[in-house]
Amino acid sequence: MSPRPGFVLEVDRSTPPTLFWNGERYGLERLPEGARVVYAPEPLDKIDDPVAAIRHALEHPVGDSQPLSTLLRTGMRLTICFDDVSLPLPPMQAPDVRQLVIEEVLDMAAAAGVDDVMLIAALALHRRMTEAELRHALGNRVYDAFAPHGLLTQHDAEDPDNLVDLGQTDQGEEIEINKRAATSDLLVYVNINLVAMDGGHKSVATGLASYKSLRHHHNPGTMRHSKSFMDAPASELHTANWRMGRKIAESVKVFQIETTLNTDTFPSRFAFLQKREWEWSLRDRATFAASSAALDRTPERVARQILQSIKSPYAMRSVQAGEVEAVHALTTANVWEQQGVAVSGQTDILTMGLPYICPYNVNSIMNPILVACLGLGYFFNMYRGKPLVREGGVLVMRHPTPWDFHPAHHPSYIDFFEQVLPQTTDPVEMSKLYEESFATDPWYIHLYRTGHAYHGVHPFYMWYWCAHALEHLGRVIVVGGDPKAVRRLGFSPATTFDDALEMARDVVGPSPTLTHLHSPPLLMADVT
Amino acid sequence: MKPADLMARLGRTRFPLAAPTWPGGVPRPAPERKVGLDYDHEWSRRYPVRLARAVVLDNITRPVAKVVAPTTVRGIEHLRHLEGPVIFAANHASHVDTPLLLTTLPLEFRHRTIVAAASDYFFDRTWKAVLWSFALAAIPIERSKVNRRSADTAAELLEDGWNLVIFPEGGRSPDGWTQPFRGGAAYLARRTGRPVVPVYLHGTRHVAGKSTATGDRPTRRSGTEATGRRGLRRAEVAVIFGPPLLPREGEEARRFSARVEAAVALLADEVATDWWTARRRAAAGGDSSSRGPDAPAWRRAWALGPAPGDEHPVAGEREWPRV
Repeated sequence: MSPRPGFVLEVDRSTPPTLFWNGERYGLERLPEGARVVYAPEPLDKIDDPVAAIRHALEHPVGDSQPLSTLLRTGMRLTICFDDVSLPLPPMQAPDVRQLVIEEVLDMAAAAGVDDVMLIAALALHRRMTEAELRHALGNRVYDAFAPHGLLTQHDAEDPDNLVDLGQTDQGEEIEINKRAATSDLLVYVNINLVAMDGGHKSVATGLASYKSLRHHHNPGTMRHSKSFMDAPASELHTANWRMGRKIAESVKVFQIETTLNTDTFPSRFAFLQKREWEWSLRDRATFAASSAALDRTPERVARQILQSIKSPYAMRSVQAGEVEAVHALTTANVWEQQGVAVSGQTDILTMGLPYICPYNVNSIMNPILVACLGLGYFFNMYRGKPLVREGGVLVMRHPTPWDFHPAHHPSYIDFFEQVLPQTTDPVEMSKLYEESFATDPWYIHLYRTGHAYHGVHPFYMWYWCAHALEHLGRVIVVGGDPKAVRRLGFSPATTFDDALEMARDVVGPSPTLTHLHSPPLLMADVT
Repeated sequence: MKPADLMARLGRTRFPLAAPTWPGGVPRPAPERKVGLDYDHEWSRRYPVRLARAVVLDNITRPVAKVVAPTTVRGIEHLRHLEGPVIFAANHASHVDTPLLLTTLPLEFRHRTIVAAASDYFFDRTWKAVLWSFALAAIPIERSKVNRRSADTAAELLEDGWNLVIFPEGGRSPDGWTQPFRGGAAYLARRTGRPVVPVYLHGTRHVAGKSTATGDRPTRRSGTEATGRRGLRRAEVAVIFGPPLLPREGEEARRFSARVEAAVALLADEVATDWWTARRRAAAGGDSSSRGPDAPAWRRAWALGPAPGDEHPVAGEREWPRV
């Protein structure tokens, strides 16, 4: 049977309760009659021979680009950059797509006699990847060939010796990116495009940039005018990145390789997590009942370790290579083909269950700021056209929102939560008052450069990521969250889902419409 | 807790403990077909299942078969120097044909043999599919025609070292006489290069044949429909193995199938007369007796003769065949 497209279910009396993620746990909620549930499309067929597809893409580039083999020559300086641990989510089962692509690129480079090759993880201001994470992303063969010789590095946005100023855009945006990448004869960027937001000029202009450069598009003004992040033409974040990327392309030869994945998110033993509830088999129901009961009784730390150990059986759906913009146009179309769901009309209340993982807590803790970012920054923005929820509507999300931070990964988040949020939750105000001091704090910079910490300014960016939703929504209600933590975020805590609906009615009226985003698997609503 | 309370509580069980209800707005797809040709029978060839089947076959099926159908086996010497896998092509008159044939096979073949069984009869329900897959290592085949999927499965298993029992008639004989052979066995032999051993099963129609084929005294079930005796009856039977046949160079499946059919007919003739008479008749190009006379149905039934134990009709009652 061919994969079924996504669809919108209208809840009736015979609709079974709906799965809601709740951090490291999950449960069922009965939605009111007349509510809508947006289900993701089923995973599309994978490419049977991904290596052959990659080779074909490298030899048949799109846009104004020559085949990769003709761009490689003896004596050249080649830099291969790749997406970091924030993609894909959850991490995919080995072999990772990055490994497959980079091995092919390296095979071609070896055949062409290229000696000067360096690999760089395009971290931007994210935390450095651990050896295990790098080995998983690149494979042992690549890691062992490059890392011991110092040829596998991670971008350091605070290393003045390894940054280069490439001038300004016509809007006065400063461009400062990785020196090795910028001074190479060829920069090959290897992308995993999990959502439409990823890739394009954003890969180099953001992934290899410094704070000085990033602040021009990672700010409340740009984020508020990105409607949405998944729709590049309507996203100010992408417009700024495109300006920078075109400027970079004037001096740096970039060969972009973008890959898309299907939405086969959970391994077969957790298959029920991506099935429609009324299609759950006896085994699905038994697995759900057993696993949810077990997780409810498991300490949070252990539950987190169990779920973080899940590796997705994602399969490659497409690979395209060549000139950045031509490549990205194909990539975006492929992502929408897999994840797009047509939805008619907005809703008064949008509900969602937030899972245990977001791009910034892989092998880490989902702290309250990341909960806000996942709900308001990511899931809220999974639309094209109009937001799923109307202006002034209510967002109800389910997550335990624990007052818990990973001290090694998120040190500046702790201070942001303790010092900034009690003063203001307004992105504009906090950017004016506090951003600079966090961004230039030498301790945070030291932890970012030498440990595995996110940059000092990163929690601000997470909050800015919510700026569009914060401006758009009438209220945000968190069901089952730590009340103190939820209030600190400026949201309203609710004990039960029914309580949350009662509270929402105070904002949107007594007979509201309700839409539930049944994700993951990832889906993007094409709202008309 | 009282049983009534327990039932009431169970009755209130809801999703996910109970099966989910289906939303009214979502069309229900046709249930996924997992029986018939689509039945996944791979499990029945795993070692633990084979072991269990061997235990059942040797300790239950075989003794029962000996009691119900005391068997004379002839021609077993043809299998002595034969290396498997081979295709056993037999005439088919009774449900006991398969267990009987399996239990008379030499040990080196017995527990490494699968049986081609009609998908529409033996695999139309899950319980039947499970039962026959386990008890007989049956695999579903399309009996009305050479189905590519059935043929692929059977050929793969032959190439995998499994012997195959197949009844080229495509079903039990409706009247006790052999029906024309279909090409499946010959096709598989040509495709895999494995030999076909012709087998004639004599007298099994009296044990559990089709009700119209037993030649027994009919019983009247309704005003117009008359059928023969149903169920299991005891009768002596014989299993005769012929020499293995291989397709000749350039021989088409259809011709080879005719040769297999002729070989089974020869074995049948051998039982009816003797080996020498049968050979002479075959050499002279004479008609085999296994197909029965080319005559109206009652005469064909009459020509079968009385069933064992019915050789002497009740005095005063004439034994007319009922057709």
